[in-house]
Amino acid sequence: MTISASGLSHSSHLNAKVPAGRLQEKWDAYKNSVSLVSPANKRSHHILVVGSGLAGASAAATLAGLGYNVTCFCIQDSARRAHSIAAQGGINAAKNYPNDGDTVWRLFYDTIKGGDYRSREANVYRLAQVSNNIIDQAVAQGVPFAREYGGVLSNRSFGGAQVSRTFYARGQTGQQLLLGAYQALSHQIAAGRVTMLPRREMIDLVVDNGRTQGLITRNLITGELERYAGDAVLLCTGGYGNAYYLSTNAKNSNVTAAWRCYKRGAFFANPCYTQIHPTCIPVSGEYQSKLTLMSESLRNDGRVWVPKDPKDTRAPEIIPEDGRDYYLERRYPSFGNLVPRDVASRAAKKECDAGRGVGDTRLAVYLDFADSIRRLGEQTIRERYGNLFEMYERITGDNPYKTPMRIYPAVHYTMGGLWVDYELQSTVPGLFVLGEANFSDHGANRLGASALMQGLADGYFVIPYTLGAYLAGTRQSDQVPATNGAFAAVEDEAGTRIDRILNNDGDKSPIQFHRELGRLLWDHVGMARDRTGLESSIHAIENLREEFWERVRVPGTADRYNKNLEFAGRVADFIELGSLMARDALRREESCGGHFREEYQTPEGEAARNDEAFADVAAWEHTDGDPALHLEQLSFENVHLSKRSYK
Amino acid sequence: MIINLRIWRQEGPDSPGKLVDYTVHEASEHMSFLELLDVLNEQLLADGDDPVEFDSDCREGICGSCGLMVAGIAHGPRKRTAVCQLHMRSFKDGDTITVEPFRAHAFPVIRDLVVDRSAFDRIIAAHGYVSVTTGSAPDANAIPIPKDVADEAMDYAACIGCGACVAACPNGSASLFTAAKIAHLAQLPQGQVEASQRVMAMVDQMDAEGFGDCSNYAECEAVCPKGISIDGIAGMRRAYMKGVLSG
Repeated sequence: MTISASGLSHSSHLNAKVPAGRLQEKWDAYKNSVSLVSPANKRSHHILVVGSGLAGASAAATLAGLGYNVTCFCIQDSARRAHSIAAQGGINAAKNYPNDGDTVWRLFYDTIKGGDYRSREANVYRLAQVSNNIIDQAVAQGVPFAREYGGVLSNRSFGGAQVSRTFYARGQTGQQLLLGAYQALSHQIAAGRVTMLPRREMIDLVVDNGRTQGLITRNLITGELERYAGDAVLLCTGGYGNAYYLSTNAKNSNVTAAWRCYKRGAFFANPCYTQIHPTCIPVSGEYQSKLTLMSESLRNDGRVWVPKDPKDTRAPEIIPEDGRDYYLERRYPSFGNLVPRDVASRAAKKECDAGRGVGDTRLAVYLDFADSIRRLGEQTIRERYGNLFEMYERITGDNPYKTPMRIYPAVHYTMGGLWVDYELQSTVPGLFVLGEANFSDHGANRLGASALMQGLADGYFVIPYTLGAYLAGTRQSDQVPATNGAFAAVEDEAGTRIDRILNNDGDKSPIQFHRELGRLLWDHVGMARDRTGLESSIHAIENLREEFWERVRVPGTADRYNKNLEFAGRVADFIELGSLMARDALRREESCGGHFREEYQTPEGEAARNDEAFADVAAWEHTDGDPALHLEQLSFENVHLSKRSYK
Repeated sequence: MIINLRIWRQEGPDSPGKLVDYTVHEASEHMSFLELLDVLNEQLLADGDDPVEFDSDCREGICGSCGLMVAGIAHGPRKRTAVCQLHMRSFKDGDTITVEPFRAHAFPVIRDLVVDRSAFDRIIAAHGYVSVTTGSAPDANAIPIPKDVADEAMDYAACIGCGACVAACPNGSASLFTAAKIAHLAQLPQGQVEASQRVMAMVDQMDAEGFGDCSNYAECEAVCPKGISIDGIAGMRRAYMKGVLSG
């Protein structure tokens, strides 16, 4: 199979609208010249925010605080439960409080380099610039970050960074930042400026007159389809890691809202960039419903190893030093256990593929704290990681103070997402995409503690400016009300789709299909990919899609709480996305970040990037036939594209 | 292992409910309790029966979506563990386990084990926040906060809003939930500015939602998956009384 080159273009669709001028001055220049919406007019603009995670809650609260009329939707029963809450390790900022040499430039550079030079310079620089404001904002909200005895904020170093720029709240940083944003949102709800609608799932986007008009949701309690018209839609619906079925994402995390937008004209960028997190609790059986991450901050004090001899199945505590291979320290002497996530994940896979994996399934490596406990004492380790150790023990029944943890990589984050320009606007006017749902800042690999930073940067500090630019250029007369035929047509389509799922006389559950899709993607579009596997997976996914619509079985009715019905709709979209992920991986004939093609590696087995041919963003457009590829060429005016080396 | 389940089934808020018996033959000690329910649901679906509805999301004990009475205890028998992290190794082969929703006047049942906890959101909206809008914050290190104070604030801020405290309380009180937020913010200088209004507004909202009063049973602390201390409740009541008296 070859990817059709038809439709390949460098069209005006992909004008990233990066402001002119020096990198350091672009964001200020933008803010100086952007149109402002007058306070009186803000009230008349109705903004629909989908999702209440870090990006959604921070955007909704901030826009409402500015005076916009906001409606915010979430699929959980409360805005406080969005999956941002599960982030453990921390949030980066270029505060340089420890005085260890950090600067905005260094945070920018580390993020660009960590992303393997596949992100847009101007976006990443802006992210680093506003990072400091996020910490200020969170502290003002009462986020209880860790502190030193003198009362100042504490910082730690985090996967891949050589400075201590990570702020944290025990192992619950995501929870605390989300609760800060949720409380700010609650403040605006109380003030009557935000209408919060929980247990709503966005199931389609309404586009008419060449712009976003609103959306259709399903009320997850009554099953009703509901129409919402607005001036703009902010999609803050997170990533698509659950395409793999098993991932560290929450059970409800899904791609449906983003995928529906794709089918309405928003381009999907770099879907093949998925992050496999190196430190997760290994799979224990077929019934496994999700994977649990152990924060990679653990790698600060834990040492990763496997027995040198694959036949050595002794208990880890009694394997002597010379029987152990601390393979990360051996292969990457300068970064050791702190190499970036993609490097650590592939290294674990390599050991397990070579038969040196540990535990019952042999799909795990050890993460050992014995040395740190000897050096720092158990109390210090307990203070740093107590809740993580407890969690590990609850899940596995093993005590990591006594015996090494067993860990294995798992899908954790997706760098790809809907394509957005500098203003976070998609290719559909009036549809903005924030946080993990967009593709913009992490390139081919995200650094630890940068997801929280990006979600909040987009919501608190970027969209308040860029949304105004859009609104100032729109005309009220182009807007259509929810009673309009455009809404009715989309609602009808959604209803038909739901009826089709429910009335199918099938025999397989949505979860069975999801597991099969997950296995295909993990095997062929996972940590290592090759042409043969990708081509076969595209065919297999197409077969799975056909089988889904013939055999899926969902009990119950549409007019009630019906979890299987929700899942079925999401699985159908994941299957279509899976195919696009494989296509994108096939087209990218290089290895970069989270995308590793077996055919493109150095003699030492490291990723081989091809900057001449692939320093680009692949943005896919939905068509009735094969998806059409558009390219945004990435130009690097400020950083030198070096080979990523952590040796 | 074989596990027998007696599960509460209820079609809607106004329908009567009942306990129904099921058996899962292929349980494993490594499964989480929710994975056991997943297996049961796949079984029910294959047999043409209606699966048991329950809420869950992160399945790592932090989002607070899940919440079941397992063998009469909110989140089940293991201390400081949300039901999504309760594993079957806490049970024996052949056990019969009763599973019910979190019951409280202020948590109406939506279906089966799913309840409406939106009252919690309204308590937070009453004043469970610092009134600061985006962009107006001073430098994060401008106000030093002693480490032990920040740590104590964090102890209370760890609440996941699951509602176990309410389900366990004979009075159906939301005091631990409400006090946790009040205590978190009251520790910090940022939260002290509005401390008094906060207590009054949140406690009044708690009452308005139909939650009961606290009678110091301390069942809430015993079942809290985050181990939040009832000391917070004492602080909340003291502050509330102070507010009432100073009128």
